[in-house]
Amino acid sequence: MRLTRRGILALWLAFVLACAAVVAQTRVSTDMSAFLPQRPTPEQRILVDQLREGVLSRLVLVGIEGADAPTRAKISRAMAARLRGDPDFSAVANGEPVGLERERALLFSHRYLLSPAVDAAHFSRGGLHAALSDSIDLIASPLGMMVKPLLPRDPSGELIQIISRLGTGQQAMSGDGVWISRDGQRAVLLAHTRASGADIDAQQRAVGHLRAAFEQARTASGAQGVALQMSGPGVFAVTSRATIEHEALRLSALGAVLVIALLLLLYRSFTALLLGILPVACGALAGVAAVSLGFGTVHGLTLGFGTTLIGEAVDYSIYLFVQSERRKTGNWIADFWPTIRLGVLTSVIGFASLLFSGFPGLAQLGLYSIAGLSTAALVTRHILPLLLPDGFKVRDTTPLGRRLVSALSRAPALRPLVAVLALAAIAVLVQHRDTIWNDQLSSLSPVPAADMALDARLRADLGAPDTRLLVVIPAPSREAALIGAEQAASRLQPLVDAGVLAGFDTPAKYLPSQRTQWQRRAALPAPDVLRERLNEATQDLPLKAERLAGFLSDVEAARRAPLLDRADLDGSTLALAVDALLQGRGTHWSALLPLRAPPGRDIDSSRVRAAINGLPGQPLLLDIKNETNRLYGGYLREAIVLSCSGLGGIVVLLSVALRDARRVLGIVAPLAIAVLLVTAGLVLAGVQLTILHLVGMLLIVAVGSNYALFFDRRADAGQARTLASLLFANLATVSGFGLLAASSVPVLQALGDTVGPGAILALLLSAIMARRCIY
Amino acid sequence: MNDSTSLLRRVFRRRALPFILLLLAAHAGAAGFDIAQLMQTLAQTRGAQATFVEKKYIAILDRPIESSGELVYQAPGHLEKRTLRPKAEDMILDGHELTFIRGKQRRSMQLQDYPQIAAFTDSIRGTMAGDRKALERLFRLELEGGPERWQLSLTPTDSGSGASAYVQRIRIGGSRDNVTSIEIVQKDGDRSVMTITRSPAP
Repeated sequence: MRLTRRGILALWLAFVLACAAVVAQTRVSTDMSAFLPQRPTPEQRILVDQLREGVLSRLVLVGIEGADAPTRAKISRAMAARLRGDPDFSAVANGEPVGLERERALLFSHRYLLSPAVDAAHFSRGGLHAALSDSIDLIASPLGMMVKPLLPRDPSGELIQIISRLGTGQQAMSGDGVWISRDGQRAVLLAHTRASGADIDAQQRAVGHLRAAFEQARTASGAQGVALQMSGPGVFAVTSRATIEHEALRLSALGAVLVIALLLLLYRSFTALLLGILPVACGALAGVAAVSLGFGTVHGLTLGFGTTLIGEAVDYSIYLFVQSERRKTGNWIADFWPTIRLGVLTSVIGFASLLFSGFPGLAQLGLYSIAGLSTAALVTRHILPLLLPDGFKVRDTTPLGRRLVSALSRAPALRPLVAVLALAAIAVLVQHRDTIWNDQLSSLSPVPAADMALDARLRADLGAPDTRLLVVIPAPSREAALIGAEQAASRLQPLVDAGVLAGFDTPAKYLPSQRTQWQRRAALPAPDVLRERLNEATQDLPLKAERLAGFLSDVEAARRAPLLDRADLDGSTLALAVDALLQGRGTHWSALLPLRAPPGRDIDSSRVRAAINGLPGQPLLLDIKNETNRLYGGYLREAIVLSCSGLGGIVVLLSVALRDARRVLGIVAPLAIAVLLVTAGLVLAGVQLTILHLVGMLLIVAVGSNYALFFDRRADAGQARTLASLLFANLATVSGFGLLAASSVPVLQALGDTVGPGAILALLLSAIMARRCIY
Repeated sequence: MNDSTSLLRRVFRRRALPFILLLLAAHAGAAGFDIAQLMQTLAQTRGAQATFVEKKYIAILDRPIESSGELVYQAPGHLEKRTLRPKAEDMILDGHELTFIRGKQRRSMQLQDYPQIAAFTDSIRGTMAGDRKALERLFRLELEGGPERWQLSLTPTDSGSGASAYVQRIRIGGSRDNVTSIEIVQKDGDRSVMTITRSPAP
């Protein structure tokens, strides 16, 4: 017996150590990853890549508010100057013409490879005549001043062609030499971080540098009352992580304090307290370890969910201790373990359905709960009894139990009221059936509405890409992707001309495919041919061929120059643009062509789809907003189906275990009504239900089934104690979830809102509807 | 004859003297026509429309190229140059922002980012607005002639925002509150002459 006991304890210790070792290695994530599918479609994969790594994820939008416009402009300039030297940022734009000269030189030296006008006809006698005439007209125009210096070397106007095609996007307004908001009350900047939006540590550093640059610029300007505003995916990720970490810590600590206070009140014994916490601690450890092993990372929200586990797992030890004084633990095992076991199994089956979710966040919650609850139950069953000191005693709760018994003896009288409430709840749900669920992914976002509003404002001010529609061209190589982009562009341009699109961007604009570059280079005539054609073309023009020696030598140089490569663009904003729109490695590349909607209208996506249909490589039209919502809608529908099957599993389990349909009904009915009432209450309160409310409902069933099962037990002499322990268990659960309801993180709040009231209702309803009257 | 002589003499003595004094005074007034007066006159114009013909003499081109169109001015900061020939193009100068519209393309830029353009636009707009301060920030001013026919020369000062790198001299000719010609001589010797005909007020 001693040996066995030692063996069990050693086994348990080894298990705890192993779990701790796994947990110590665990990476906690707080990004979008929990919301992204495990088995994505091609659209979803691109979507996920975009959200995690894409150029949009690297964008930081900055606003400077307060003081007067010249001061804001000064701060903007000083900040930008400092950040441009910061290796964490690949580009900083604030409206100053920085680096334009360098960019222009790059474009100028590669103009014959970049200009879309370059082909054989362009360099024919007629083509040259037309191009030179255009350039001369341009010199006569007010812009002529800027064009004139180019004329001797670029009389065919290639640079103008290139530049006029580059800068077609909308832009921010300017004031005092920097970008300002539409109302002129803010200076605005746009920063690109070098790290992807998914690298939250790097994002946090970048945000810190931004803040430091602002503080330095503000101090230098001596201005008072100037404030910095920041937004963008990276900033959101950083603040979300901080919020989640802060909330998880705060709620766990508060929850622990509350539960400890409750247990102390109940047990009046520190030994009992420590022993009572033990199963919960082991459960949490095992839960985190299981998720870490199963998923590679643990999401912060899954950890936050750990507080909720405390509520349910503490119940087990409460049942044990409250009963332990009256009987030997062996009897406890015989009397109560089967009920607890059934309760744990019920919960496990309920949560097991979540394991099958394609939504990793939900699957993590499922695994965490299953591992945590099973461990807590097993520790309560096999370890705690071994650790109980001789003469272990907790406060006698029989008097409290007696009062409860007498109070509850009148409970069945409330059954008609329950029936009425249940019917009313059904009526409410039927009436609101179309608006019960929120199918927007943003409903899960931990970003507060005020931050979203700031983001929208800064985006509008900056004319920042708020890209909803992208044409995506998957390709096996960079070159193939660029060729695909060029083909798609030729199909999209007619839509721009027809006004369906305001415009579109393409990586081939900044870096044409080698094939296209080769064709352009091949179109450049040999020196003798060009000279002769130029002579003919300039006959009736005021610009004589003799003055264009620079043109002849430049064309000749271009004929011999190597093609333009991505590396040639290094360090310029052109490189940034290419990298944003052309991504991939190895044999998986995609070119992205963001579409711009005509002012005040939406893009007719069916026409875009028709236009790109049939192109080689099968380009996709990706609607980011619809796609994310469809993704989430899919999760939601799947979760509803899984939850229902979980409930079905619970009914089957109870039927098999109890072999009595009426008993099963007596257990399931109070839980079902509790869920109904909570749902109706939330709907009436104007809350649109999300996937986390659904998880909350599963939790109501999981926790509530313990209560219902205890009321289902035979009446015996210990009923008063049983009732007292149920009450304390319930209080522990409610306090844990009550805290979540106060969370500022929407998903945690949703859980709290659902489970807090649901747990109380489940207890009350189980008491009211207990099949056997034990009183 | 004698009578008439004496009459003349009498007139001369009695009436002509004030007349001559008047003439003298008028002459003195013309000589005293100064920049302040010109600016004051110009500043009174709230808005004007005109047509222009501009000839550009550019070294690399064998013959001058000509463009024409309309000018619209609204005090104090709005100036539009609508070139109609040889190619339609609008240039709109509003506050610090300069916008070019060519066909479907629209390009806006901040004046201070393009000193080579700013030198031209600021000189013209500053003159039309009678904004002496703005002009003297960039140029040294010299005025010749009288109110009926004046010529204002603007020579870039080195303290200006780089205008001297592009502009050698600007000569603006006018009559009363009308600007009738603008000649710009660039640093490289190329020059343009714009002749402006004010349209009657609508």
